[in-house]
Amino acid sequence: MLALLQDYTIQTVAMGAAMLGIISGVLGSFAVLRKQSLLGDTLSHAALPGICLGFIVAGGRELGSILVGALVTGALAALLMLLLTRNSRLKTDAGLGIGLSVFFAIGVVLLSAIQGSGNASQGGLESFLFGQAAAILRSDLWIMGGITIAALGLVAAFWKEFKLVSFDPVFAASIGLPVVMLEVLLTVMIALAVVVGLQMVGVVLMAAMVIAPAVAARQWTRRLEGMVVLAAAIGMAGGVFGAVMSALGRGLATGPLIILAVSAVVLVSLLIAPGRGLLWEAVRRWRLRGQLEGQQVLTTLYGLAAHHRDPAYPSEQGSVDAFHGTATRGALATLQRRGLVRPARHAPESTRHWTLTPAGIAEAERILGAMGREAS
Amino acid sequence: MPSRGSLHEPDLALHVEDLTVAYQSKPVLWDVDLDVPPGVMAAIVGPNGAGKSTLIKTVLGLVTPTAGHVTLFGRPYRAQRRRVGYVPQRSSVDWDFPTTALDVVTMGLYGRLGWLRRPGRRERAEAEHALELVGMQDYAERQISQLSGGQQQRVFLARALVQQADVYFLDEPMAGVDATTERAIVEILHRLRDQGKTLIVVHHDLQTVRTYFDWMLLLNVRVVAQGPVAAVYTAENLRKAYGGQIALIEREALAAGEARA
Repeated sequence: MLALLQDYTIQTVAMGAAMLGIISGVLGSFAVLRKQSLLGDTLSHAALPGICLGFIVAGGRELGSILVGALVTGALAALLMLLLTRNSRLKTDAGLGIGLSVFFAIGVVLLSAIQGSGNASQGGLESFLFGQAAAILRSDLWIMGGITIAALGLVAAFWKEFKLVSFDPVFAASIGLPVVMLEVLLTVMIALAVVVGLQMVGVVLMAAMVIAPAVAARQWTRRLEGMVVLAAAIGMAGGVFGAVMSALGRGLATGPLIILAVSAVVLVSLLIAPGRGLLWEAVRRWRLRGQLEGQQVLTTLYGLAAHHRDPAYPSEQGSVDAFHGTATRGALATLQRRGLVRPARHAPESTRHWTLTPAGIAEAERILGAMGREAS
Repeated sequence: MPSRGSLHEPDLALHVEDLTVAYQSKPVLWDVDLDVPPGVMAAIVGPNGAGKSTLIKTVLGLVTPTAGHVTLFGRPYRAQRRRVGYVPQRSSVDWDFPTTALDVVTMGLYGRLGWLRRPGRRERAEAEHALELVGMQDYAERQISQLSGGQQQRVFLARALVQQADVYFLDEPMAGVDATTERAIVEILHRLRDQGKTLIVVHHDLQTVRTYFDWMLLLNVRVVAQGPVAAVYTAENLRKAYGGQIALIEREALAAGEARA
C-alpha cells in the first residue's frame, strides 16, 4: 500500500483526481442550486467537437489545443442555450437537452471523420469519451491546478454575489447586480471544471462529477458555505478513492471508479442524512401513523363510553378490533404507556377490556374538539 | 446633485409616463400613466393578467419597456437604487436553498456593501434588528425551508427593511399568509408610511383595499383609475377593471356603496 502511494503515476493521477473533485464539487453546488444540473452534462458533451477541432488544428494529440477547443465549444453551447431560453419560449431543460445532443452529434461525426482519415496519431482520441486517467502527466497537473485555483479565487471573491444570484436573481437585479454577467461567469467556470475532468473521466461521465458531490453535500448541511466545502471534500475523496482503487485492481478504469465512489456517497446521503434522508422521512411517517392509529382507537373508546353513558365503561378489545377491522393491541399498548387507557375486567366475561383514564377522556375530547366534531 | 430644473417630476415618489410593455408582441401594459405622491400607501389592484407585477418589475428595471419612461423623485431608477426597497413574490424563489433567515435578510445590504466587501458585525446587527421588527428574532438561525409561508414572507419584508429605502415596492406580500402575519405586515407598512415612506403594493384582495390603503391604482393592462382610495373605489371603476367577473363585482360594489352611505 505504501509502495503504491509512492508510485509516481498513481501520485499524479490521485492529485489530478483530487483537484477535479474540488473544482467540480464547488461549482457543481451552484449548478445544482440553480436547477442547472443538466448544464454539466451539456457542457461536457458539447466539448467533444472542440476536442476534435483542437486535434485537427494542432495536427495531433496535443493537450493544450484540445482543451482550448473543448472549452470553446462547451462554452459556446452553454451561451447558445442561455440566449435561446432567454429570447424564446424554450424551457431550460429542453434547451440544455437540444444543445447536448446537437453538439455531441457534431463531435461524433468529427471523431469518425478523423478516424477515417488514416492519421497515424489519431489513436487515443476516443479516450476522451470515457477518460484515461493514466495518460495524465505531471505537467498537466499545473494546468489543472491553475484552473482550479483561478475558479476557487473567483468564487471566493464574488461569494455573496453568486449566492444572491443563485437564490433570488430578481432581487439581485433590482439592487443593480449584473445578473447575466454573473450567470455567464458561473457557466464559463463550470465549463472550465468540465475541461479539467475530460482527460480523467471523459465527456460521458463528467456530468455526474458536477452533480453528485453537490447533491450529496446538500443532504447534510443547512448553509451554502457548508454545502460547497462538503461537496469539494466529497469530490476530492471520491477522486482519490477512484485513483487508488484502479491502481489496486489492475486495469479497472479510473474515471468510472471515481463516479461510482461519489455516487455511493450520494446514495447513502439520500438515505440517511439527518432530517432530509429517505429513512428519516420513513421513520417520521411511521411514527405519525402510529399516532393517528392511537388517536382513532382512543376516540372509539370515548364514543363507546359515551354511548353507554358511563365514562368508565370497559370496552371489549374484540369489539374495538372489529370496529377498526384490524388488530388494535399495539395501539392500545401505546395508549396504556401514555396513561390514557388502562386494562379492565367486565365480569362475567374473561376477555380483555379497556377503560379510559381521566387523562384519556381529556385527550379524546381534545382530539374531537380539534376535529370540530361534537362529542355525542 | 443636479439642479431641480434638470429633474423630471421631482415631487412625485413615482412617475410613470406612456409606459408600454409587450411580451412576444402581446401588450401586457398599454400606455400607462401613473403618479404616486410621497408618503402614501398605494395599492395596485386588478384582475389576473392585468400586468400588476410587470408594472413593478418595469419600474425596477427588471423588464425593459417597449415605450415610455419611469422616474423616482425626478430621476431614473438606475440613479435611485439606494432609495428603493423591493419585496418580490414569495413564490419567485426556491425556499429549499441552504441558508438561514438572518442570511436572507443580510442580502438586503449587498447593494450598499458593494463588490468584494463581506457583511460584518454591523451588517449582522442591522439584519437582526430588522428581524426583530417583523417579530422573527427567534428564527434568525433557522433554515429557511423550515419556516411557514407567513414567516418566509416576514423574512422577505425584513430584507427590504434593511434597505432603508424611501420607496418600497411589494409584490403580493399578503398572498397565502395567515391572518396574524397579514395583520403584522400591515402594521409594519403603516408604520413605514407614517415615517413618510412611500409604499406601492400589488394587492389581490379587494375586500381589504379600503382598510389598508389610502391610494390606489386600478389596472387592467391600461390604467382604469388612480388616486385616493375613496375616489377610485367605485362600483363603476371596479366594473370597468374586472369586466366579466360581475358576480364578484356586484357584491364588492354593494359593499362600497354601503361604506359611503
